[in-house]
Amino acid sequence: MNRRSVLAVGVWLLGLAVAAGIVARARYTADLSAFLPRTPSPMQQLLVQQISSGPASRLILIGIGGLDAAGRARASRALAGTLRAQPQFLVVENGEQDGNARDREFAFDHRYQLSTAVTAQHFGIDGLRAAITATMDLMASPAGLLAKSLFRSDPTGETLQVVDQLSGTAQPRMLAGVWSSRDGARALLLAQTRASGADTDAQARAVGLIRSAFTRITTTAPADPVTTTATAAASSAAAPLVLQLSGPGVFSVQARSTIEREALRLSLLSTALIVTLLLLVYRSVAVLLFGLLPVASGALAGVAAVALGFGVVHGITLGFGITLIGESVDYPIYLFVQSRGRQFHGVLWPTIALGALTSICGFASLLPSAFPGLAQLGLYSISGLVVAAAVTRWVLPPLLPARLAIIDLAPLGAFARRSLARVRVPLAGAVLLTVLCALVLYQHRHRLWTRDLAALSPVPAASLRLDAQMRADLGAPDVSNLVMISADSEQAALRWAEAAGGRLDGLVAAGVVGSYDSPARYLPSQATQAARLAALPDDAQLRARLAAATTGLPIAPGAFEPFLQQVAAQRQAGPITRATLQGTSLALAVDALLWRQDGQWRALLPLHATAGDDIDVARVRASLATLAPAHVAVLNVRQQTDALYAGYLAAALRLSLLGFAAIVLLLVIALRRPYRVVRVIAPLLLAVLVVTAALALAGVQLTILHLIGMLLTVAVGSNYALFFDRSAAERDLSGLPRTLASLMIANASTVLGFMVLAFSSVPVLSALGMTVAPGTLLALLFAALLAPRSLFAAPAEPLPA
Amino acid sequence: MSRAWQRTATLWAAAACAALLLAAGARAADAPPAALDQLMALLAQQRHAEADFDERQYLAVLTRPLISSGVLIYDAPSHLEQRTLRPRRQTMVLDHGTLTMQIGRRRRSVPLADYPQLAPLIDSIRATLAGDRAALEQRFELQLHGTLEHWQLRLTPREPQLSAGVSDIVIDGAQAQISEVRVRQSDGDHSVLQIRPRP
Repeated sequence: MNRRSVLAVGVWLLGLAVAAGIVARARYTADLSAFLPRTPSPMQQLLVQQISSGPASRLILIGIGGLDAAGRARASRALAGTLRAQPQFLVVENGEQDGNARDREFAFDHRYQLSTAVTAQHFGIDGLRAAITATMDLMASPAGLLAKSLFRSDPTGETLQVVDQLSGTAQPRMLAGVWSSRDGARALLLAQTRASGADTDAQARAVGLIRSAFTRITTTAPADPVTTTATAAASSAAAPLVLQLSGPGVFSVQARSTIEREALRLSLLSTALIVTLLLLVYRSVAVLLFGLLPVASGALAGVAAVALGFGVVHGITLGFGITLIGESVDYPIYLFVQSRGRQFHGVLWPTIALGALTSICGFASLLPSAFPGLAQLGLYSISGLVVAAAVTRWVLPPLLPARLAIIDLAPLGAFARRSLARVRVPLAGAVLLTVLCALVLYQHRHRLWTRDLAALSPVPAASLRLDAQMRADLGAPDVSNLVMISADSEQAALRWAEAAGGRLDGLVAAGVVGSYDSPARYLPSQATQAARLAALPDDAQLRARLAAATTGLPIAPGAFEPFLQQVAAQRQAGPITRATLQGTSLALAVDALLWRQDGQWRALLPLHATAGDDIDVARVRASLATLAPAHVAVLNVRQQTDALYAGYLAAALRLSLLGFAAIVLLLVIALRRPYRVVRVIAPLLLAVLVVTAALALAGVQLTILHLIGMLLTVAVGSNYALFFDRSAAERDLSGLPRTLASLMIANASTVLGFMVLAFSSVPVLSALGMTVAPGTLLALLFAALLAPRSLFAAPAEPLPA
Repeated sequence: MSRAWQRTATLWAAAACAALLLAAGARAADAPPAALDQLMALLAQQRHAEADFDERQYLAVLTRPLISSGVLIYDAPSHLEQRTLRPRRQTMVLDHGTLTMQIGRRRRSVPLADYPQLAPLIDSIRATLAGDRAALEQRFELQLHGTLEHWQLRLTPREPQLSAGVSDIVIDGAQAQISEVRVRQSDGDHSVLQIRPRP
């Protein structure tokens, strides 16, 4: 080793140590936020927050199926009891605590703050008489006993009014004393975790707790002695109890473990395949290990760069990063196979460097992406490739043993050359293929790209169906249309919610909206509550009005004493606050609909369609438009997420085209001759075109990950095309067979690696695999076919010794 | 408040019992001594019945009784409907465990099972419908007086928490025909429901 080599190895080792230090201290996250945008519009920002860390993200829906209703109810009670004792859970509801009774009590106690009917007229003589007569009519009905029990303390019927107001939130069905699905097939529980849904580690712990508690219950709990005899026969025949979990946190836990499992399984498999291939070629473990040094160094540097640049490393970056810099596995192959008897840095290096530069141009287009995951992948790939190329150039040669015992692949290359020489009309074929593919793509132009963000979701469709089912059973709103309120304070948010509610009442009456939910229904603004309490007359006034109002009615003397006392007490009572709601199911409802985030208060008003109808969002928008648009916005979640995704896709396409333009510019500068640039670019474009057309024909809708795959195809394929270009420019064809052989080996390793990914059940992985594996294979094929015919036409020259 | 709901349902239980018994009226039996099993068997066979009703409620808060009238409809095994026509149109339907009240355009539905203290009471209706004397006796003390010509069935709640303010329910029948259902409450209020099968 000369002094420069010592310096290079020294710098490399130092760099590795620094990178390892950074990697060890880096923060890692595996949540789904890699798929969520960084800087969308404010509304989309809200949506993303709501999805990733809003109160709804902390809900875990638990279903218990199997056995019989009594057995499920026992398990539900035992599970709820166990979970309530755990500090990780804020609330665990299963219906057994008769939340309805508490809610009804709450409605009665606070009827004058909550009832929308409370106005000054309502407590005037005419208002009182009308209300009391209506209540008496009610008492003469089958519902009479209900009205009767309230008559003395609430003759104006405010409690029923409040119950009606609150019953907008559907209650789950009860079976054997606990919540049940509507079809009665499973018991339902609802758990709210203390940790945010974005905290996947905490969610994983919560899910683990639920599972282990359930296992303990089902394995150790003795059968209830009372029912054993009656149900023994039935339960021994029935299916055992099964646990079903759903919710945003559960999904992220599932997604993470699926991605981790698949990434591990698939990368092990592809590594095994590639290592086997390389061992066959290198015939030396030592050389194989040397060959892996550039990739390993690049991977380490890539993670370190992401940790420095973003502060936090996404799991997805770790998973994909290695495959994206898979190109760098090729560098040592070129070095080992082609460098026999040739000067590496004089001849090979410029081609490899140019190939790496084109790849960097391609990956640089990911850097400005709004997808944090994609931006990280861009940085990872660029830094990884730079380091891998540098290690191949400066570190690997001095470390290699003097004589490499690798197999001589020149015969393989010679064979390939002879085969290529037989192809007669490659150019005409290429033109025809281009036209055909263009036709296919033109035909599919409207459904080429998927508009559905869910296409990227690693959550299987079956889990989503179960979630929708359990949500419907629990009466949890399906939040496809929302009115979103933003304000500086809780009270302002509630006042805007009341203003929006006033407009929505009109839309409900007009049949545009079926119903809606609002936090102000459970917790009216202080101003509204104060106005209601102020509408209550003082004791003397109320007595006088009551006497006048009940003239001629068969009311027993003194019957309304409780009413008079309670109104007097209520006038002194202050407004209810969030704390007053504690212990009722209304607290949970308010938590889900009203919260503070980043110094802003948000209120949500989910809209429900009338049965079997879609909401005319435009009419809702028009109706609410005259309120302050800065505070009140109508949101169609589906539209928004789709617009969000379409936005990403458009941006990614634009950036990819920019990246492509940069590649062309780079090649023009490096190769100087237009025809050489065309010769390098054409096979890559054709490969991408054919793969895209084939995917379209197969009915696959393209996602953003397919686009990345195309980018990667161009990045890897550019190396192939550049080697052919260099060979053509060199006019010395003695090295051609080895060049061909090295390209074939490099391509085989890439194809093997990505082919494995194509079989993954995770959509992002399979999209990448099914694009890159055929893409790179075709890129090599087309690069060879479109290379000057003179390369292959000459008879194989005698091989140098 | 929940007590109020329970009372409502109690009345319902009474009304339901009445309807069931009234249903039996369509199938008049001969006149051997009144046996509970015979009565139950008759009830179990009935599929559909309709009757007019008049109800008087004597309440401490009012100086005059509240009077209402309307139609009772029963369909075996789990549908019962009370349509009040006077003083105001309102309907109450018990169907497969869901209690629905409709007054004007406003509808309220509550699952009966939301009221655990009430569920057994209402389940007793199902038990009666099925002619399931054992299940009925699990909830109530049953006393049958008289003959099938002229009988009186008294239901006394066995469990205090399930009585929900009801002291007892007394049903009068002539042969298999119900004429009256009286519900007494522990606070002294009481109601009388008179039933006439529709011609």
